[in-house]
Amino acid sequence: MSDTTEIAAPEIGSDALLAPRGGAWRERAHLLVLALGPVIGAVLLSGLVLLALGVNPVAYYGYVVERGLLNPYGLQATLTRMGPLLLIAAGLIVAFRAGIWNLGGDGQFLLSAVIVAALGPLLAPYLPVWLVLVIGLVVGAMVGAAWSVLPALLKAYQGVNEIITTLMMTFLGVSLANVLVKLFFRDPATTVPQTRTLIVADRLPRLFDTTISSGLIIGLVAIIVVHLVMTRTAFGLKLRIVGANPRAAIHAGLSVPALTVATFAISAALAGLAGAVEIMGVQGNVRADWNPAYSLTVVPLVFLARFNGFASIAFVFLFSVLSIGGESAARRTGVPNFFTLVVVAILLVMLGITEYLDQRRRAAGK
Amino acid sequence: MTQTLSAHAATANANGKVPSPGPAHPHGAARPIVTLDHVTKRFPGVVANDRVSFDLWPGEVHVLLGENGAGKSTLVGMLSGLQLPDEGGVLIDGHEQRISSPARALELGIGTVFQHSMLVPSLSVVDNMALGGRWWSRPDREGLARKMAAVCADIGVTIDPNAKVGSLSLGEQQQVEIVRALMRGSRVLILDEATAMLTPKGADDLGALMGRLVKLGIAVVFITHKLNEALAFGHRITVLRLGRRVDEISPERLSALGPAAATAEIIRLMFGADAAAQATASHPRRAPSSQPLLQIEGLAVEDDSVPVAGIDLDVSPGEIVGIAGIDGNGQKQFAEAVAGQRRLAAGRIRLGGQAIERLDVGGRRRLGLRYVTDDRLGEGTVGTFPISLNLLLKQVGEAPFWRHGIEQPEAIAAHARRMVGEFDVRTPGIETAIGKLSGGNIQKALLARELSGKARAVIFAKPTYGLDVQNIRATRQRIREAADRGLAVILISTDLEEVLELADRIAVMSRGRVVGMVDNDAAARNRVGELMSGATP
Repeated sequence: MSDTTEIAAPEIGSDALLAPRGGAWRERAHLLVLALGPVIGAVLLSGLVLLALGVNPVAYYGYVVERGLLNPYGLQATLTRMGPLLLIAAGLIVAFRAGIWNLGGDGQFLLSAVIVAALGPLLAPYLPVWLVLVIGLVVGAMVGAAWSVLPALLKAYQGVNEIITTLMMTFLGVSLANVLVKLFFRDPATTVPQTRTLIVADRLPRLFDTTISSGLIIGLVAIIVVHLVMTRTAFGLKLRIVGANPRAAIHAGLSVPALTVATFAISAALAGLAGAVEIMGVQGNVRADWNPAYSLTVVPLVFLARFNGFASIAFVFLFSVLSIGGESAARRTGVPNFFTLVVVAILLVMLGITEYLDQRRRAAGK
Repeated sequence: MTQTLSAHAATANANGKVPSPGPAHPHGAARPIVTLDHVTKRFPGVVANDRVSFDLWPGEVHVLLGENGAGKSTLVGMLSGLQLPDEGGVLIDGHEQRISSPARALELGIGTVFQHSMLVPSLSVVDNMALGGRWWSRPDREGLARKMAAVCADIGVTIDPNAKVGSLSLGEQQQVEIVRALMRGSRVLILDEATAMLTPKGADDLGALMGRLVKLGIAVVFITHKLNEALAFGHRITVLRLGRRVDEISPERLSALGPAAATAEIIRLMFGADAAAQATASHPRRAPSSQPLLQIEGLAVEDDSVPVAGIDLDVSPGEIVGIAGIDGNGQKQFAEAVAGQRRLAAGRIRLGGQAIERLDVGGRRRLGLRYVTDDRLGEGTVGTFPISLNLLLKQVGEAPFWRHGIEQPEAIAAHARRMVGEFDVRTPGIETAIGKLSGGNIQKALLARELSGKARAVIFAKPTYGLDVQNIRATRQRIREAADRGLAVILISTDLEEVLELADRIAVMSRGRVVGMVDNDAAARNRVGELMSGATP
C-alpha cells in the first residue's frame, strides 16, 4: 500500500486509504500515524514559535479550540467555512489524481465569486429565491470552468506545463475580478468599492436553527461524489490511468486530450462553485481586493489526505477550526491573523519530514 | 589477442554460432584482485545472496550469469558500494575491506558501468568527466581531454571530448563511462547488463573492448542474460541461481568443453537438468494457408527520427511473419501505426477484409487486433495499479467489468484470477501492484491481456526482450500456440535466432522500409543476414 515515493505525488490514482484488504489494520494504523504525526509535530513547533513571540501557546491553542470548536457560534462558523473549502478540495482531488496540477483555483474561485455577486442582486427582485440560487451556482461553476479553458487546451494539445499557465491565469483572474468590481459591478450606494450585497433572505438557506450555511452540504456531497467517481467508476479509472502513466493511457487507446480537458473543466467548475457558495452563503458581496486564496491553502490539505476524499474532509475540518479559532485567538493574544498560515506551513514541513522518515523506514526494510 | 577476440565476437553474431573463447589469459598475479568470501545479503523475505564466493582475477573477463532474481544485481551492488553484506567478507588484494559507498569503491579501484547511463546528456563528454571535482575549482578541461585521449589510445577507442553526450549512441556513451572509470584509476570494471540496450554491432564492439581491457591487466565483471555473449567474451563464468553460486567454470574447463557442450552445461547449471533438453528441442510448424487475414498496404508513418513508408504485408491465419532488423529501423513506428496508437500518413489496413485504418485503438481491439508492446512498464502497464486492473487496461468501462460505468469488483477479480491461473503469472495476489512483479511475470500478464478474448491478429514487439531463458521459452511457446489457434501473427524481433525459430516468412526492415521478404527455409539465415547488412538496398 501507500508506496509513496515523493511528496509531489503520493499514490496518484491508487486508493490507498480506501481499499480494505486482508490484514489491513496494521497498515491503517500506520497511515493514521503518518497522517497525525505531522499534525502533532506542527502544533508543538508552532507552540515554540509562539513562545518566541512571547505568547503563551497554551492560551493561544485554548482560544483556537474554544472559538473554533467548543463555542457553538464558533463551531457553526467553522462548519460554514468548510463548504467552499470542501468544494475546492474536491476539484483538486479530481485534477491531482489525473496528474494535472491545477493551481489556478484562486482565479477560478474569485472570478466566479465576482460574477455571481453581481448577478445575484440583479436577478433577486425578479425571480424566486431558489431559482436565483440555482442560477448562481450553475453560473459560478461555468465561470470557473471557462477560466480553465486556455490552460486546458494548451496542456491537452500542446503539452504546455499547466502549473505555469494556471498560476498565470490566477494572476489575470484576480486582477480581472478587481477591475470588474471597481469599474463595472460597483455598488453606487457605498463609498468603498464593492458589489451590491445579496440580502440575507436571498442567500443559501441555513441548516435548521443554526447559522451553518447549506454550502456545507453542497461541499460534503461534492467531495464524496468525487471520491466515489474517482475510485469506483470507469471514468475515474480512466482519469487515474492518465494521471499515473499517460503513455499507458495512449497505449490503451484512451483519448488523453479529451480526458485532460474534462479534468480541467470539472476541477475548475468545482472551484467556481466554491466561489458561488462563498458569496451566496457567507459574504453576500465582493469587496475590491478581497482574495482569501483558499485554493492554494487547500492544496497542502489535499496532499496531507493523499487525495482521499474522506481524509480531506477531516483535514478541511481541522483547518477550518484553526482558521476560525485562529482569527479570534489572534485578536486576543495580539498574534497576527496570518499565524494560521504559519501553522499550516509548519504542518507541510512536518509532512515532508514524515514522508522522508517513512521512506527511510521502508528502504531499511522496517 | 585483441584481434582474435573481436573476430570471435563478430563471427558469433553473424553466424549465430558460438565459438570457444580464446585461451585464458595467464594470471598476471598469483592472487585475485577481489575476493568475495561467503557473503550473504538478506532482504525482507528473501536471501538475495546466500554464502556466495567469487574471485576476480586480473586480466580476465568474469561473466556473471543467472536468471532474473538470481542475485546478480545484489552481488554487483556489494562490489560497487551500494550495499553492504550482512555476513561474509570482501578482500581486496588480500586485505579485508568495507566497501561502504560508491566513492569508497572507486577509491579501491572498482568502477561500475550501470545498464542505464549515468552521464548528463546535455553536457559535453569532457564536462561529464569533470563532474565530481571540487565545486570551487575550475574544471581543467584541456588536462582532462589530454588524459582522456591517453586512456582512449590505451584501450583503442575514439571519443570526441567536445561532443555532447546526448548526441552519442548508447554504445559510445558506455565507452565514455568505461573511460571515465579508468581515468579514476579503476582496476576492476563492472559492466552491469551492458549489452542489453545495445545493437548487435554495439555489443560486438563492447566485447572487443573488454578483450583489450583485460590485456591491460584489468579485471572485468560482465553481467549478461545472453549465453552466446557470455561464451564469446568471457574467460571465466560463474552461474548464480536463487541467490546461491551454483558453479564456476574455469578458463581451462571452458576451453576444454567447446561451445556446444559449454552452452548445455550452463543451461543445466542455470535451470537444472531438464531445461537443457527442452532448449534444443525443435518445433516444426504446419504450413499456413488460405486468405490473408491481416492486410497492410502502402503503410506510411511520419516520424522525426525514422519515417516509415511503403510497407506492404499480408498475414494469413495461423501464419507467423517475422520482422527482423536492427533495433530502431522503424519497427516500433510500424507496430504503433498498425495498433492505432499513431496516425497513418498513408496506407490501408484490413482485418478479415474490413478496413480498420480509421478506427482507434479500442475499435481495432474489438475487431480482434492485439498489440503486445515491448515497453512493458513504460506503456504496457500502470506500475502502481493492481494486476487485476492492468489486465483490463484496454477494456475500461466494458461489460461485465463495468456496468453503467460502475466498477464490478467481483467480475474484475474473477477475470484476474482466471487470467493469472491460465497464463501462470506468479504473484502474491491479484491486488499486487504489477510494477512489483518480475519482468517475466509482467510479460505473462501482458500476454494474458492481449491473447485472451476474441483475438484474431497479434503483433508482438520484441516479446522476449529482457527476459530470462525460462520466460523466453514460455513466451515463444505462447506465440506458437497463438498461431496454431489460427491467429495471424506479426513477430517483431531484433533477435535473429528468435525470428528463425518461430517465423514462417521473414521481412527485413531497414530505415523505415521493408527491404526484403524471405521464406524461412535453410537459406533464410544468410539471406536475412545480407538484407540486414544492407547488401540489397
